[in-house]
Amino acid sequence: MRLPEQIKRLGLVIGVLVAAVLVGRFVVIPRSLVATELHQASTVAREVAKPMKFAGTAACQDCHDDVAVTKAKGYHKNLACEGCHGPAAKHAEDPSSGKPPAPRDRKFCPVCHIYDASRPTGFPQINLTTHNPLKACITCHNPHDPVPPKVPQECSACHGQIERTKAVSSHALLACTTCHKVPPLHKTAPRSALPSKPDTREFCGGCHGKDSAQKDAPKVDVSAHGGRFQCWQCHYPHLPEGRA
Amino acid sequence: MNKRDFLKGMILFFPAGGLLEMAANAAAKETAAPEAAGAQPAAMGAPGAGGYNGEKHYYGMGIEIDKCIGCSRCVEACKAENDVPQEPFYFRTWIERYVITKDHGVIVESVNVKGKAAKETPQEDRDVIRTFFVPKLCNHCIHPPCVQVCPVGATFSTKDGAVLVDKERCVGCRYCIQACPYGARYLHPKTRTADKCTFCYHRVVKGLLPACVEVCPTQARIFGDLKSKASRLTRFYRMNKIHVLKPALNTEPKVYYAGLDGEVR
Repeated sequence: MRLPEQIKRLGLVIGVLVAAVLVGRFVVIPRSLVATELHQASTVAREVAKPMKFAGTAACQDCHDDVAVTKAKGYHKNLACEGCHGPAAKHAEDPSSGKPPAPRDRKFCPVCHIYDASRPTGFPQINLTTHNPLKACITCHNPHDPVPPKVPQECSACHGQIERTKAVSSHALLACTTCHKVPPLHKTAPRSALPSKPDTREFCGGCHGKDSAQKDAPKVDVSAHGGRFQCWQCHYPHLPEGRA
Repeated sequence: MNKRDFLKGMILFFPAGGLLEMAANAAAKETAAPEAAGAQPAAMGAPGAGGYNGEKHYYGMGIEIDKCIGCSRCVEACKAENDVPQEPFYFRTWIERYVITKDHGVIVESVNVKGKAAKETPQEDRDVIRTFFVPKLCNHCIHPPCVQVCPVGATFSTKDGAVLVDKERCVGCRYCIQACPYGARYLHPKTRTADKCTFCYHRVVKGLLPACVEVCPTQARIFGDLKSKASRLTRFYRMNKIHVLKPALNTEPKVYYAGLDGEVR
């Protein structure tokens, strides 16, 4: 069979076009336009050059080795400094540029330690409304070396319930002997020598009276407040109601 | 210049450009031969600079469900480190709370950031059978669907196992956001390009941990190198029963979960 002349020419034209496209794609067009390695490399370079905000615990410990030593033996030993103090790469590079914040109120610690049913069993959690409502966490707990509940001793060996109640109250920091005088005999023969109890309104007024120097304690006018009743008839001294 | 010269010039201009480019690349390759990845610029600063070789690492992350307390430290750290918008719907990593109830219901909610994270679950909620937190992030899949669908080749896997996005190539078409089975991508409202977890690539190449791993107070997150037998991740991978998210999709995620509940999707 004989091909018509115009088909041959058309074939030639198509051949030339295909060749031109191939040459264009593989020879003419610069590699940077089609090669993926090049633009990937520049992306990686851009990522690598990004500034860091977190310096890393090792950087903190270079200067704050005293805190590192305290923290290393406590329950918070695995915590990163910047977990609580926030990103501090700037401070690590130039300490004079300002201190990273230290959370001091009751808002921060509960982020991890408030009771939450979804948290793993055994993780220390508190009920924020009953757990010592007036005080900042750091009044009782050193955040760099938090201490778990104590083993019963002294008063709590027998009066464990009072001890546990008091431990989460606004009176947590008061020793039992602040309010009770304990005769030594009470420890060996509890019933033969009972500790004293406060018996006047003025005793509570020592901290809660208007003229008291105790600045944390809520103040009342002892002579007028509560009429003829004694303080502990309305307020349970081991768990006085908080205002928080 | 007459018409003939102009046309000649036109014909020769492009091939000449191509040849020059090739010559320049060849020269660059010769000088940069030892840094095989061709990826690490010399000016990297910090320890390990210049000596970093992507071929020798393969990164992944381990997550221990039984350790996560849902405190959102990781989420906040990630936002701070990577300039993720603070609005509550842009995340590179986030935490989900799973609540499985008596009637076999599964409630999933994103844990709120900004401190109010842990909303108190009432203890008398007797219908709850079990409940736990699941941290999520980009799984840096070995076969990433997002890379497959990107029409402009803006997203890719690096040799050390991170999936990155080229901000300058990305056209913001959102295909990858649709394609990701883990919902790990979002469109950055400022750049209008896809954004996602990079395993904190800029920290990792300097030998530091990703920000989320750095701040995790309970070590629920573990980062490491799968090519190193001594890495924490390799140990984690060996010592735990491991599960990944949506294994049936064959994406082969590199975020490994220990203690993952069957209800987690």
